[in-house]
Amino acid sequence: MKYCLNWKWAVAALVMVAAVAGTGCKKKGADPFPASGAVADWQKSSETRVFAAKDLWQYIDGDAEQYISAGVVSTSTSDYKYKGELEATADVYTMGDATGARKILESGQSSDAKAVQLGDAGVAYAQSVIFRKGSHLVRIVAYESEPDAQQALLALAHGVEAKL
Amino acid sequence: MESRRDFLKTAATGALVLGSQRKLGLAATLDQHAQTGKSKVVMARDASLHGTGAQPDEKRVLDLLDRAIAAYTGHDNPVEAWKHILRADKVIGLKVNGLGGKGVSTHLSLILAICERLQQAGIKPGNIVIWDRNARDLVSCGLTISTDPSRIRCYGNDVAGYEEQPVTWGATSVKLARILSRECDMVIGLPILKDHSMSGVTFAMKNMYGVVERPQGLHPGGCNPGVADLNCIPAVRDKVRFTIGDAMTSVYDGGPGFHPERLWQPNALIVGEDRVAVDHTAWQMLERKRAEMGLPTFEAAGRPPRYIATAADAAHRLGTNDPQRIHLMEV
Repeated sequence: MKYCLNWKWAVAALVMVAAVAGTGCKKKGADPFPASGAVADWQKSSETRVFAAKDLWQYIDGDAEQYISAGVVSTSTSDYKYKGELEATADVYTMGDATGARKILESGQSSDAKAVQLGDAGVAYAQSVIFRKGSHLVRIVAYESEPDAQQALLALAHGVEAKL
Repeated sequence: MESRRDFLKTAATGALVLGSQRKLGLAATLDQHAQTGKSKVVMARDASLHGTGAQPDEKRVLDLLDRAIAAYTGHDNPVEAWKHILRADKVIGLKVNGLGGKGVSTHLSLILAICERLQQAGIKPGNIVIWDRNARDLVSCGLTISTDPSRIRCYGNDVAGYEEQPVTWGATSVKLARILSRECDMVIGLPILKDHSMSGVTFAMKNMYGVVERPQGLHPGGCNPGVADLNCIPAVRDKVRFTIGDAMTSVYDGGPGFHPERLWQPNALIVGEDRVAVDHTAWQMLERKRAEMGLPTFEAAGRPPRYIATAADAAHRLGTNDPQRIHLMEV
């Protein structure tokens, strides 16, 4: 009887470990970027690239320090095109906690920032959208100034938010 | 007939041919004010450079370049002016800067304009090497990777690699890019003017962070003395002889990355041999813009570009940051 109970506990523990590990892997490996067409008129135009904190300088040398001091764990980035013309880049910075994401968002705002309903807090400019959600900080930037750029960027931002 | 844009657009592959070390390519000391103890810096502007588009007009960029070089050399004919800068048998490197991504990298139109004038001055296409850290940075500038030795070459340190043995100057020890150490006789720096979150300003001297393997190690202390020390390393000091600084587009805050909300179009080129004087001039330009936008000075923001004064000190002697010893020509 004693052995039988131990056996059942062991199986239960294995099931729980497998479930937790499975969930963790899924989150860790999940791509935060919407696929082409998932957001109307937006095409994902590059592979997703991921940089660990120690390698962030390879992507944004000079800018990396402020993210590292705010506790960045990893950074994912992907390029997009809107209606085949407007080019944009989306970056998702995964910080150690929400405080780091808040710190970056609040430190980088200028007076023409327009508050938007995105994640826990967000702002939009004519050519960029920045928001935070939990421990994530998302920055999406367009490389040209187009009349409908801000609305298009906001739509893409909502698509990213839904995947976080 | 190939357009200036077309001749770089064709991708090519081939073996990387490394040239041997040669003497420097600078034909002679250009700065006619050297005898008076002043460093000449030319700032050429064209208020209509961008027109209504995001990119500067290619023809106007070529004209702006010609005006800057003519003012600097004193030769009105642009091809003759370039012949006074270069020797035709040398390998000329163009160290661009694509770190900031597509929005704020050295403009393709400027790179192409310089390549056109170099060839007209007698430099063979295969003796022109456009380079930066890696393919991503070069693509950000609108360039296409090419290692074909019969054409203008364009590739990054990720292709050519770094020296195995580090070199040291002061507190700085780095592994140099082989493109600098082995391939180029003379390098023209083509930085783009930007605010920098750590060093305050990034332009001529800071652009050299792209010629070493691990530049992140040079960032402590607001990049001071990292920038100055790096520029004192003989291969950098001796080969990087001329700067054609791209101040056609800039970010005055939030740099060095692309922040379109802080984008600005000074529509200018800043040209000179004295890298310290060029950086001092660029720094003052950024300070004026920040004041206009109601932003604090770099000193008040906690990131003054102290490396500029360090580069001018008695230990480094890379140039002058004394306004009284800078002859600034605005054309």
